[in-house]
Amino acid sequence: MAKIDLIVRRAKLDGRDVDVFVSRGRIAEVRDAAEPLDAGDAAVEEAFGLTILPSLTDAHVHLREPGFEYKEDIASGLCAAAWGGFGNVMCMANTRPVNDEGSVTELMLERARKAWPGGPRLFPIGGLTKGLKGEELAPMAELARAGCVAFSNDGVPVKSTELFRRALEYASDWDRVVIDHCEDPYLGVGAGVNEGEVSSRLGLAAQPDVAEAMQVARDILLAEYLDIPIHLAHISCKKSVDLIRFAKARGVRVTAETAPHYLTLTENHLESAGHEYDTNAKVNPPLRPEADRLAVIEALRDGVIDILATDHAPHAGHEKETEFDVAPCGVSGLDTALSVTWALVRDGVLDRATFLRAWTTAPCAIFGLPVNTFAPGDPADFFLFDENEEWTVTPQALRSKGKNSPLLGAALKGRVKTHFIQGKKIV
Amino acid sequence: MKWLHKDLLDVSQLSRPEVMAIFETAGRFQELQERPVKKVPTLKGRSVVLFFAEPSTRTKTSFDVAGKRLSADTFSLAKSSSSLTKGETLKDTALTLQAMAPDAIVIRHRSSGAARFLADRLDCAVINAGDGRHAHPTQALLDSFTLTQEWGSLEGKTVLILGDIAHSRVARSNVFLLNLLGARVRLCGPRTLLPPAVKTWNAEVYSDLNQAVKGVDAVMCLRLQLERQQDGLLPDLREYSRTFGLGPRHIELANPDMRILHPGPVNRGVEISSELVDCEQSLILDQVASGVVVRMALLFLYTTRKGEEQ
Repeated sequence: MAKIDLIVRRAKLDGRDVDVFVSRGRIAEVRDAAEPLDAGDAAVEEAFGLTILPSLTDAHVHLREPGFEYKEDIASGLCAAAWGGFGNVMCMANTRPVNDEGSVTELMLERARKAWPGGPRLFPIGGLTKGLKGEELAPMAELARAGCVAFSNDGVPVKSTELFRRALEYASDWDRVVIDHCEDPYLGVGAGVNEGEVSSRLGLAAQPDVAEAMQVARDILLAEYLDIPIHLAHISCKKSVDLIRFAKARGVRVTAETAPHYLTLTENHLESAGHEYDTNAKVNPPLRPEADRLAVIEALRDGVIDILATDHAPHAGHEKETEFDVAPCGVSGLDTALSVTWALVRDGVLDRATFLRAWTTAPCAIFGLPVNTFAPGDPADFFLFDENEEWTVTPQALRSKGKNSPLLGAALKGRVKTHFIQGKKIV
Repeated sequence: MKWLHKDLLDVSQLSRPEVMAIFETAGRFQELQERPVKKVPTLKGRSVVLFFAEPSTRTKTSFDVAGKRLSADTFSLAKSSSSLTKGETLKDTALTLQAMAPDAIVIRHRSSGAARFLADRLDCAVINAGDGRHAHPTQALLDSFTLTQEWGSLEGKTVLILGDIAHSRVARSNVFLLNLLGARVRLCGPRTLLPPAVKTWNAEVYSDLNQAVKGVDAVMCLRLQLERQQDGLLPDLREYSRTFGLGPRHIELANPDMRILHPGPVNRGVEISSELVDCEQSLILDQVASGVVVRMALLFLYTTRKGEEQ
């Protein structure tokens, strides 16, 4: 056995009391906790019975740098990620300038290295089209060489189906998956509110769920026809789930994600006492009715939805504290996602295996990222988690610059106490 | 009655006894309007800000007259003259107004939810004079007050709201209030101008005006915003007026005593024929008169609330 550098003592791993042995940044062995232990000259981290979980992967965040550092920057985003339990984060390309050339990708990676050497790993997502304008293909070979792990026009869906088809084909040459934000470009675009009972009462311009589902259908048909994989971002409604379920059953190479807010909140939030016209719950796609929330949970359980991602979309306070129709879409999610989704495990809504698949193994398999399953040789990325520590979501408690959480004021349970990446303690 | 509400954001905040209290107060002010000198010192020393961030002549003038008849000082902040055109945020406008310590702010704004945005941030009373397509509680109150004056009670009456329901704050507030006061509500308009979840509203929905007017006791016409054509929601005004415009032939289908309301300003010949605007059954000018006394009642109830507690 290789030289042990670190031993995590008496951690709770799926109900077992274990000691975790780390060698050269990798998992060496996981043993039932034993007394006494000869640590030799290895560092010892006493877990005192805290839960140990592998670092999570967030395949969909907006870190806003370069260009919108007043909303978030790579340093503040990585800090929120580390304390939120995330070891890998994939950042979207809608920066200024857009991440549509290798130099921008390199700048992002350089900023991450400088902000936090050895911190959470940053994996940029390259723009699918130049400037995200949907007119010309982005130089995906250059972007891939610079370090982009996927391509997306997130937030600005490609209107031309012809160009989108070519983009799928071209991206597949570089063995990169295209992530599509499914939204019909002509139907209630960017309203941030679901069209239905609530929007009718509140008098808000809204977007129906079919605007998402129609684009899901288009993407599935293209992926099937071209035999190229595609990943569908932030799925929010039953109509989309049904289409994906049907597609997977016939072998289409489609994967899908949803975000914690679609599992826990509904459009009724906008009418609930103290949250009327809450711009922090204005998000694209919008929060849906209860039936959709339940359908999305079911899809996540049975694997129709493969992964969870936060769609962390930080905005400045003054941008959100305004008239509802003027406010930008997006919720800040890196700080709260772990507590929110672990609560679903605690309540029996999700089982632990689904939680781990959705936050670790599935996203890492889709995008080719390092993942820890606590098998020997896996990267020693894990955190100690106090499942029972209560905390209140306040602007001060969020490490992200984006305080735009619909959960402000809510009490959550579960806090990261310490986080290791490749065997090095980062927080 | 001790007034419990700080703000009037929509009629859905009100109970039936509270609406009756407003009407009773308005009725008392109505008697004043028949005197040669219409001004009373009731709200002397109180100040009311009229914050109209969207063009409006009728509602603003109505609030202005209401305030002045009660001897309140009224101050206008109109879009053209306000810092809104200089890019000030609604939050900053709200805080600036707050610093001037008025007793009430009357707000008209293009965004749904704007009145609540102000109410959540201000200590003074906020009265919603129309927010986006969400609510227009003072209009609904004056409409029901006008009909109550005509009929004594709305109980068992049928009222048709006709036209662009989807974009209408007047319709939203009226559907609630008419139901609260015991009337049956019908809605009629093209599907493109109905709210998406209209089936969940407490109203019968019609697409055929001839069916919709059968036996109704009153028709409330809504103003058609002429830009709906550019929005692709209707082909043209000619087709609209011939299909959804109220004309003399509809009078015969309705209750012979049918009343006609319109919140104004009227597009004559579009949502309603010109002769119906001027006909005997039209209550359009009564609505204007009711508007003043209902708004007097509201300013009185909402600005003296604190004083009564002391």
